[in-house]
Amino acid sequence: MSELVLAGLLVLLGALALVAVSAADLLIAAIALGAYGFALALVWAALGAPDVSFTEAVVGAGATTVFFLAALLRTSRRRSNVPNPQRLVALGAVLAVGLVLLVATRQLPLWGDVGAPPSTHVSPRYLERTLEETLTPNAVTAVVADYRSYDTLIETLVIFTGGLAGWLLLARPR
Amino acid sequence: MRIEDAFLGVTVALLGLVLVYLFRVAVGPTVFDRILGVSALGTTTTIILLLVGVLYDRIELFVDLSLAYALLSFVGALAAARYFEQTGDR
Repeated sequence: MSELVLAGLLVLLGALALVAVSAADLLIAAIALGAYGFALALVWAALGAPDVSFTEAVVGAGATTVFFLAALLRTSRRRSNVPNPQRLVALGAVLAVGLVLLVATRQLPLWGDVGAPPSTHVSPRYLERTLEETLTPNAVTAVVADYRSYDTLIETLVIFTGGLAGWLLLARPR
Repeated sequence: MRIEDAFLGVTVALLGLVLVYLFRVAVGPTVFDRILGVSALGTTTTIILLLVGVLYDRIELFVDLSLAYALLSFVGALAAARYFEQTGDR
């Protein structure tokens, strides 16, 4: 049952991505990407990852749409006519990377596999020791803000730099 | 028939509705149809998240998520409205 729902949602994701890529009007492409974010959020929820689902809904469906619309407001709605050879090279690169990722997925443990290395010793280690080591009841928060605090710090720096660059590009000249 | 079956049935029915919205987003014909489709999609997704929370027996987590989701899902429509206000085209 849930596999059927998932398969249907994944087909929809593909269809929406095709709409976004093929739309001549870039406004339609931005809106189709927003719908893609909502559908992807549903996929994550169906897979039992509500926090990822929430991030996808906020970032993928909310913030990205706003950023695309802000960019369109200051540029043009029409798609530019990139010469064909360049497009073919881009398509080839995307297909090649996709194929590599698809081959690499076969090495990953199955979804919910209790015998996978993360399930046998990584997750139990954090779940058992987090409270005494960090005094934080939520294990995910402890991993993000305590065990990997440098990682989170630099991520914040990256987002700050990105936001600053976006603001410099999009701010209206006076 | 258990109450979970009823929830599952409602979830599948709402997913069918999502299909209709996505059809409108994909086919149009005008940009406004697509924006309305995405907005309705956000509203329905909020309810589907709650139903999924009941089905997974983690409703307290999903209530928080759908509340925040409901607060944020109309941001895209607002941005599109701003866009049409500032450019004046369709």
